[in-house]
Parts: sequence; structure tokens; C-alpha cells
Amino acid sequence: MSENRRHWKNDPRISAPEQRKTPAEVLELLTASAGEAFLEGRVAEWVEGASTSADPYRQVWLKIHRDALHAVVKRLFGIQFPHFVVIAAEDRGETIELPYIFRLYHGAWHEEILVVITAVVPKSDPVVDTLSDLIAGIVLSEREKQEMIGVVVRNIPDGRRMFLPEDFPQGVYPWRRDETGVADTMVRHLWATGREAFNAREAEKAAAAAEMASAAAPPASAEEGGNP
Amino acid sequence: MSRSITPYQTSIGPTHPAFKEPIQLVFDLCGETILKANFAPGQAHRGVEWMGTRRNPVQVLYLAERLCGICGITHSLAFARAVEQIAGIQVPPRAHYIRSIACELERIHSHLLWAGVAAHELGFDSLFYLTWRARERVMDLMEAFTGNRVHYALIQIGGVRRDLSEDMILKIKETLDYYAGVYDELRTCLLEDSSVRLRCRDVGILTATEALELCAVGPTARASGVPSDIRRDHPYAAYADVEVTSVLPNQYTGEIRGDVYDRIVVRVLELQQSVKLIRGFLDQLPEGDLLAIPKIMVLLAKLKKAEGEAVGLHEAPRGEVAHYVRMGGAETIAAWKVKASSYSNYMSWVPMLVGEQVADIPIIAASIDPCISCTDRVMLTGGGRNEVWTKEDLTRLSVAKTRRIQAKLKAEG
Repeated sequence: MSENRRHWKNDPRISAPEQRKTPAEVLELLTASAGEAFLEGRVAEWVEGASTSADPYRQVWLKIHRDALHAVVKRLFGIQFPHFVVIAAEDRGETIELPYIFRLYHGAWHEEILVVITAVVPKSDPVVDTLSDLIAGIVLSEREKQEMIGVVVRNIPDGRRMFLPEDFPQGVYPWRRDETGVADTMVRHLWATGREAFNAREAEKAAAAAEMASAAAPPASAEEGGNP
Repeated sequence: MSRSITPYQTSIGPTHPAFKEPIQLVFDLCGETILKANFAPGQAHRGVEWMGTRRNPVQVLYLAERLCGICGITHSLAFARAVEQIAGIQVPPRAHYIRSIACELERIHSHLLWAGVAAHELGFDSLFYLTWRARERVMDLMEAFTGNRVHYALIQIGGVRRDLSEDMILKIKETLDYYAGVYDELRTCLLEDSSVRLRCRDVGILTATEALELCAVGPTARASGVPSDIRRDHPYAAYADVEVTSVLPNQYTGEIRGDVYDRIVVRVLELQQSVKLIRGFLDQLPEGDLLAIPKIMVLLAKLKKAEGEAVGLHEAPRGEVAHYVRMGGAETIAAWKVKASSYSNYMSWVPMLVGEQVADIPIIAASIDPCISCTDRVMLTGGGRNEVWTKEDLTRLSVAKTRRIQAKLKAEG
């Protein structure tokens, strides 16, 4: 066996602690660490399953300003090393919301708590701290958020594009709902391909609609005058 | 030795016979030894999440099913679970059981598919034929049950779309008996064969720490000693009614090494576990409804008003699948993020591959059971041309050919 072959080693963080916290306690700890940045928090339960003895699926949902993200997630890692699932993302107009999804106490029978920490990022300054110092496996998801929703992950160890091809235009973020999102001209209408008659009819319709809109709209000067 | 060695770089993929789907792996090599490994996914990105936020939940369900060509239940179930949580829809017990049975049947076919691919990567093609012949039985069963070998369209939000008849239950039992019969043969060929053992023992090691920190899931994590399994961590569907244990390699070999061999052990043992679980489900199968809201229009009207966010999780054959969904009281869903199992397992490739030999790349890459999905464009090379043919070009060519044939037919009368 060659010398650079590594051997499997166990990790003490796999076994969950004897004293497990309840979702309410987890929420309380995370809320305290968020401080001023706390926005919303709730504990939820979902009972699913055929059996009447099915346990509720316990969940903690927390919404914070992005400034406290690193501190709150660090507090979570202090409770027990969780499994990181994924970062979701949504453009909410003025802000971008990034729900960081974790599974706490995974690997134990019926004990899991789903923890979702949503970081609210202002669009005017779309920056979040990297969490790769806490969990290395998050980099993949952070890279995806950079290219898809246009947030900048500060101190990311690997900032390359992930899924988007190299020739995809810079400054276009597919999940954005504003002018930096995917323009209609970039969308392939596969079903219309090669149907000249259809395309011509569509163009006619669009021209007619534009004509009607311009006829119905009040004069531009009146609109400007209405604005204080 | 003071001789300086210059490392060189080589790339495998985006398309390569060792991978069933397109992904690029780039290696820094020194002789036969891998110094550095890197990967470039996205060769098959189709922007499904973007499409999903422009459709209603029932349409997205079928779009979700088409994320993967192997897992027909996985994504639709995870998505349906998220939507059911948001809208507060309780699935009837019988539907929970049918969902669970289908999940485990899918696990059998997926693990056998993987075993065949792994055997093929090792150059052990007789084993490849053996496992894929065995796999045909469950594929035929799924076809008889749902009408399709893949993409079963079985899951609906609030239940399932097909019932298990008495005949079908009998057929499932026969198939389970068949798998119980061939299990020993498969186990001997995959785990006791000396050439498989030599190729896979102590190759591609992933330690428990690496599995934890790189967020590995499913058999990849369990083979490294992380006992995570959603069916057990928070039982859903009918899994609370049967005993699910995390399958770890030490249950067979008495130790955990986190190598490729251990990943085979976990999957082989899970075949046996799935057979046991389905038998348990069939024994307790309750009578009753299949759908919480049978009428699609009523369901859509209810979903239109639903507001909130939820995460739907499911333990797929390859590991955890997560669907984050937010609905904002509109016809279309507001946000959707899909996390497939291989998404979490990609980063584990790097520690597995570093220090190994070039010849071991295919089996190590295959050992996480990567699922990369179909390609989105075609590259034509050769003849002095090197250009990308888009879907439109191909569609145009295809449509033109159909028109030519139609014209020809018309002319011939």
C-alpha cells in the first residue's frame, strides 16, 4: 500500500449528545446570538405518516439580517454539528432571501430538527459572509448562489462559476426578478421553432397591443406632472 | 530522490465512456498518481428551477419527476411533501404505504443499476449482465404497476394516482421472492469475489470527518460511518410503521474503512433491507382512499390560496433529496430550490481521488453513484468545424425532415 493512501478515521461529532435541546430551546439560543439582527422566528411541527404513533417533524424557522448570519450559524454548530442541506434563494424585490437549510441531530432515531436560517440581504449591497470556515461542503452551494442570484459571498475560497457555462453573459442572474434576470430574448421558445406563420401572427398581435396601449395612455406630460 | 517531477494536467469528460452522463473531471497528475482533483458540473444544466417558478404546483410535480431519468419517485415525492406541508394536506394512510413501497422498489432497481455500472467500470462484464438481468424484474414490475419503466407519474399532491390491486400485490410478492433468491448469488459475486475485493479495498477512502464536513449523504456517508438516513431520522410516509436501521458496512465486515468496497457493502445490504421493508409494508397495507383531494381543479384552487414555505425531504437511493418551496397565494410557486443527492456528494470526490491512481478514477467516480442528467446541447467537431448546435437547430432539422417526409408521402398520394 502506498504511503499517501489515507486511512479511515472516526469522528466524535457523529454521535449526538445525551442531552438534546428542544426546538424552542434551539430557537431561543439562535435568537439570542442574532441580537439586533433578529427579524422573525417560529417553531413548527408537521405530523405526517400512516401510523397514529407518527412523531411530529420538528422545525425551527428563523429570519435574520445577513450581518448576523455567521454568528448565528456558529451558535448552531455549537449545539451539535449539523448536516448542511442547501442554500435556497429568492428575489423579493428590495431584498434577496437566502434560506440556509440544516438538519440538526441527524443520524438519531426520530430526533432530527430541521433548522432553516433565512438571511435577508439588501439588494443595494448584496454581500454575505462565507460559512466555509464552519463547514467546508457549503462552498458548492455558495458558488451556485453567486452565479444564480447575484449575491457576493465574502471570502469564498473558490469563487468560480459552477453550473453556468463560460459563454453565459456576465451580469445576468437567472433567478433575479429584476432587469438583471433572464430577459425574454434569452428564452428559447422551442415549440415555436420553424413556425413562420405563427411567428408572424405573434408579431402582428404585439404591434396591435402596443398601438392600443399608446392610444389609451394619458399624455406623457400629465403623468410627469402628477409626480410630486 | 532529488529528481524533480513535473506534474501534468489531464481532463476526463465532459463526455467519457466511464461516465454515463456528462461531467468534467480535471486532474493534476504526477506519473500515475493523482495530486489534485477538480470537477466542473453544469454540462447538463437545464434551468429547471427557473421553469418551475412559472408553473402551477401540479405542473411542477411532473417537471420535478423529469429532473432525473432513474429516480421516478424521488423528486416528485420530495416536492409533493413540501407542498403538502404548506397547504396542510394530509395524505391518506393507504397512499403513504403505496408511496413507501414504490420508494423501496425504486431503491432496488437503482442499487442494481449502480452495481452493474460499477462491475462494468471494473471490467467485470459478466457481473454487469447478471445484475442488470436481475434489475429487469423490478423494472417489469414497475411497468405493470404504473405503466412505465421510468417516470411513473405515481405521486400526486395529497396522495398517489394508482392503487395496488390484489393481483399486483401478488406480483410484488413474487418479485420479492425472486430477489431473496438471487440475493446470495449477487452478494457472493459483488462482495466475496477476490478481484472486486482487490480493486476496491482501501481505494477512494473518505473518512468520517470528511463525510461530515463535505456534507456527504446516503450510502456514501453511511459507508464512511455517518449513520444519517432520513427514513430513520424523521420517518415520513409509512416508514414510522416499520423498523428502519441505518445500514453501515461494519454490519457485514465488522469494521468501517470508508473505501469503495464499503460503499458496495452498504448498497448490497440495502437491497436486502428494501425487500424486508416492502414485505413489512405489504403485511400492514391499510384500506382506504388514495388522494386527499381527488379533483384536480379543487386541488389547484386550494393550492392557489396556500401561503408559506417548507422543505420536503426524502431518502433517495443515492441519499438525501431536498426541495425548498415557497408559495405566496398565487397560481405559480414563488420559489423552488432542488437539491439532488449527488449535489451533496460531489465535493467528497476530491479527498477520495487525491493520492489514487489514474486507473482507479472510473470506479471511484462511480462509487458515489453520481447522477448528472441529460445534456442540453450538442457539440459537433471534426471536418475543420467546431461549433455548438443548439436545441433550436436540432429541432429545426428534425421538423424540416418531418415536413420533407410528409411532402414526399403527399406526392406519392
